[in-house]
Amino acid sequence: MDGTPVGRRVFLGVVGLGALGIVFGRQTQDFLGRALRPVTSFDPTGLSGLLPVGGFRYYTVTGGFPSKSKADYRLRVKGLVERPFTLTYDELVALPPTRLKRDFQCVTGWRVDGVHWQGVLLRDLLDRAVVKPEGTALKFTSFDGTYTESLTLDQARRSDVIVAYKLDGDDISSRHGGPVRLYVAPMYGYKSCKWLDGIEVTAKVDQGYWEDYGYDIDGWVGKSNGRDDNPT
Amino acid sequence: MAATTTQPDTRRILRFTKTERVAHWVNAGLFAVVMLTGAVLKDIGGLSGTVGHRELVRFLHVYCGLAIPVAFVAAYAPRWGKALRLDVSRINRWSPGDLRWLRTFGRDRSVKLDKFNPGQKLNAAFVAAAAIVMVATGLIMAAGSIFPWLGTFPDNTKTGATFVHDAFALFIWMAVLGHIYLAFNDSDALRSMTRGDISTRWARAKRPLWYDEQVGSNPQSEGTEAG
Repeated sequence: MDGTPVGRRVFLGVVGLGALGIVFGRQTQDFLGRALRPVTSFDPTGLSGLLPVGGFRYYTVTGGFPSKSKADYRLRVKGLVERPFTLTYDELVALPPTRLKRDFQCVTGWRVDGVHWQGVLLRDLLDRAVVKPEGTALKFTSFDGTYTESLTLDQARRSDVIVAYKLDGDDISSRHGGPVRLYVAPMYGYKSCKWLDGIEVTAKVDQGYWEDYGYDIDGWVGKSNGRDDNPT
Repeated sequence: MAATTTQPDTRRILRFTKTERVAHWVNAGLFAVVMLTGAVLKDIGGLSGTVGHRELVRFLHVYCGLAIPVAFVAAYAPRWGKALRLDVSRINRWSPGDLRWLRTFGRDRSVKLDKFNPGQKLNAAFVAAAAIVMVATGLIMAAGSIFPWLGTFPDNTKTGATFVHDAFALFIWMAVLGHIYLAFNDSDALRSMTRGDISTRWARAKRPLWYDEQVGSNPQSEGTEAG
């Protein structure tokens, strides 16, 4: 049991590396992300996901990523409205577009800087349907059959809340919630319902899937869920 | 290297006590869960979509991760942890010749190894430190969401902690895969992690310093009790 200790140097070195990484991880990750982009952007295997270079993380609440072709896609606007209607993908894309470039902040901590979105203002769809006076909130449903979300009518009428069909210039993929998803720019990612297929006007807020797990109904970035992230 | 004895040597000595073996397999099970659920959470190769059920996967990952240090302390600290405590301090010491063995990548056969070889010693120190780093960075990631009582950390700290957690996960995967590969290449050693004892022939050939201590120079020691 004599001899010099192994641990001191290896152990402290590893722990020290971890501590340094926490402090300088953001810069290191940004640097690695740029340096490795040629590799990670053309990787059919998905194995580059092993590399700690950040970016989106993909969540699904059912047993897989639901998918629907553009041809099969339908968006229904219904509930407490004068004129309920259904849009095909092509009809949605033909409406006047709104473009946003904002950071995407997840309530679990990761953030993707400067994401480009394109879609249709949610309030334009609501105006077309004509909300009845008793309608004060919206319920969003997903074609995965499980994911639901909600907004108040006031939140939904903001100019940074869109029904999105393009992300960083491309069609929105299934794992990103495509072909059509909600994008609520000032709120945490869980509020931006993926695989959106239904918008229902309701008399009161009917909380969504993640709210049942304890997340805040009003998911403002930096002002909810006990977090203090910079606003997006 | 050839054995000089004419009749087969069937004597066996205790390598790991029951507490150590149970601790090892509990730890191995927890590592397996944490490593696999971690790969799902990170969506390696699209696993996240195949498995889904994110809340459950995350629950398993977080709580099995926290259980690793708890299980270790439960095996280490109490009365029954004496052998583990001795082995931990033993794996944390260089023996004469260890550094030479490392420099020659184990090819210098003249080095007499102790109970643990220098690679095992480095691996143990690394994994112990990495486990602490993983728990610390994991808690920073879970703060404010899974564990609201931990408060929140600044954006940069959370991003940094996530980066370290991901990077160390990669190193730990390599260390664990290496460990499993080496174990399957030494079936005697692997079996001793389930049965506890190992042949004196193995000990004399592969861990001569330990063999001398257990049998050679100290034949009346408790080393001959098997299983």
